[in-house]
Amino acid sequence: MAEKLLKKGNEAIALAAIRYGADGYFGYPITPQSEVMETLMEEMPWETTGMVVLQAESETSSINMLYGGACCGKKVMTSSSSPGISLMCEGLSYMAGAELPCLVVNVIRGGPGLGTIQPSQGDYFQAVKGGGHGDYKIIVLAPASVQEMYDFVGLGFDLAFKYRIPTMILSDGAIGQMMEKVELRPPVKRLTDQEINQKYGHWATVGKPATRNGNFISSLSLAASEMEAINLRLQKKYRTIEENEIRFEKLMCDDADYILVAFGSSSRICESTVEIAREKGIRLGLLRPITLFPFPTPVIQEMLPQLKGIMSVELNSGQMVEDVKLAANGAVPVEFYGRMGGSIFSPEEVFKAFAEKFNL
Amino acid sequence: MAFKGAIVVDTEKCKGCGLCVANCPTQTIALAKKVNSKGYNYAYMEHPDNCTGCGNCATVCPDTVITVYRVKI
Amino acid sequence: MDINEIIKPENLVYGKSKVLTDTVMHYCPGCSHGVVHKLLAEVIEEMDIQDKTIGISPVGCAVFAYKYINIDWQQAAHGRAPALATATKRLYPDKYVFAYQGDGDLASIGTAEIIHACNRGENIVVIFINNAIYGMTGGQMAPTTLLGMKTATTPYGRKAELNGYPLKITELIAQLEGTCYVTRQSVQNPGSVRKAKKALRKAFENSAQKKGTSFVEIVATCNSNWKMPPIKANKWMEENMFPFYPLGDIKDR
Repeated sequence: MAEKLLKKGNEAIALAAIRYGADGYFGYPITPQSEVMETLMEEMPWETTGMVVLQAESETSSINMLYGGACCGKKVMTSSSSPGISLMCEGLSYMAGAELPCLVVNVIRGGPGLGTIQPSQGDYFQAVKGGGHGDYKIIVLAPASVQEMYDFVGLGFDLAFKYRIPTMILSDGAIGQMMEKVELRPPVKRLTDQEINQKYGHWATVGKPATRNGNFISSLSLAASEMEAINLRLQKKYRTIEENEIRFEKLMCDDADYILVAFGSSSRICESTVEIAREKGIRLGLLRPITLFPFPTPVIQEMLPQLKGIMSVELNSGQMVEDVKLAANGAVPVEFYGRMGGSIFSPEEVFKAFAEKFNL
Repeated sequence: MAFKGAIVVDTEKCKGCGLCVANCPTQTIALAKKVNSKGYNYAYMEHPDNCTGCGNCATVCPDTVITVYRVKI
Repeated sequence: MDINEIIKPENLVYGKSKVLTDTVMHYCPGCSHGVVHKLLAEVIEEMDIQDKTIGISPVGCAVFAYKYINIDWQQAAHGRAPALATATKRLYPDKYVFAYQGDGDLASIGTAEIIHACNRGENIVVIFINNAIYGMTGGQMAPTTLLGMKTATTPYGRKAELNGYPLKITELIAQLEGTCYVTRQSVQNPGSVRKAKKALRKAFENSAQKKGTSFVEIVATCNSNWKMPPIKANKWMEENMFPFYPLGDIKDR
């Protein structure tokens, strides 16, 4: 029988990192996610799996340690919260440009600036639209439970290596701090250096054998034609990801006249809003995007003929709603409801906003 | 013991910086009046008889274009 | 004696290292980078560690170092090479890992990374090229630019009141417990080149012995941005740079 524990979301991330065979964690303390590194340091995985855990001097350094580790073909990760992720955006752009796999966890807090330590979803744009400079995307997974915090560490690493792309778990202070039951999955062994050499030796910096020339990993290409070719290759990869990796969950959508679209902790609140609406005889459903990039655009588009309206519900000023509107493309009215700066809405509050916006 | 030396300059890769000329203790090397395809006055042995094969020229060459040979006489 | 009798394989006393590629370096004529690259290649070849060495190239003129030395390379963001080197060495403790950085990269934008990597005593080698100017971007003031020195951003000469003082980062690094070997070298003549090579070799050997961080500064020239021919630049360096950045071992334990 699988082991079940009562854990915080942040602790689940740490336990999952060890059990999914991560090679290295590099991080810097910031509320509300400091338990990730604290748990790792308590667990001392270097004694068991050989995983390296290092407290870096800054988030800038953390992400560049990931860059170095990812160059080596190793499974490396970090975690931070919004201001720290801002510092990491430089590194994420470099890693996207150099096509390197890594896992970054953002336990979002309210912003802008130093903001607050309360939960928020204000970093949707930063995560989904790039954050750093240049045309790039990263895969973004949005967990809605402590179990998903755990599971998405494994999924995140798998996707990162499948596509050689940075992958982010976009969580928030609520899910990072809440305690829930989490079922530990069967452990995955860390790859040996030899296995890494066999799998990734054709691109990774593992030490140049006599049989090949030196590998080099770079995001630099001064010739415009070469840089355009790299961009075209990246864009092609992003389209492949959009075709194959969309993940979502539907609640009571089959007969729905209206749907709420919400991710992460917002979606948990919206589950209750759906119940409230159903009790009143309103056929409301919930679409929960699990992947924010790739965004479940086709899923929304398939539902358009049956819908009278969509409301995007977010803990921000209205970010994902832009992607919902792009998906709807004017076919049905798209409304938005949100709270900002660490405040959270109640299910009743969301229902009231929904009823007002659609005159129900 | 005396030595006799000679150098071979990869003239196409030489950038004519002249560091070898300045560091040659026997005034063997000079920059050619002719230029290579990049337009550089490349290094060459102007006085090959002087060369002792000490290797100083190759040691300071930033582009590693000098190969040094030496025999005892 | 006929030259052709001398130029024979058995008489070869100095040839190009096999660890160097055949790519022509993009550096300006007389640039110190070329000499340091050559020394690195020779040390790697002589220690027979080509298959175990991973280099981190910086942003700046040496950004393309990976084209010239045939080993595995990572190209870092500006100033971050010590962070990449830290992770690489910790994940592959048996490899030789070095960061190659210029003065702007190491002593300005990457000050935090280098200080903390050295302070943690990462078993890496750091090669620091100090030519007191930004080369790649066209000759702007570096943290190590001397007082009075003219650059694109100090057109009337560096003034302490306006620009602060030149940073002796190597002396600062030597204060850190994590460093085992901190030295300042140069490559402008055969004697200095041979000394610099010995220093590099020692640094790589230290890293295998897990003694801590080895830090090798090379005081260097930037002919193009100093606006001097190579030989004059070397002389200027000896007369102006060496009094402020004196050569020799600062720490060796």
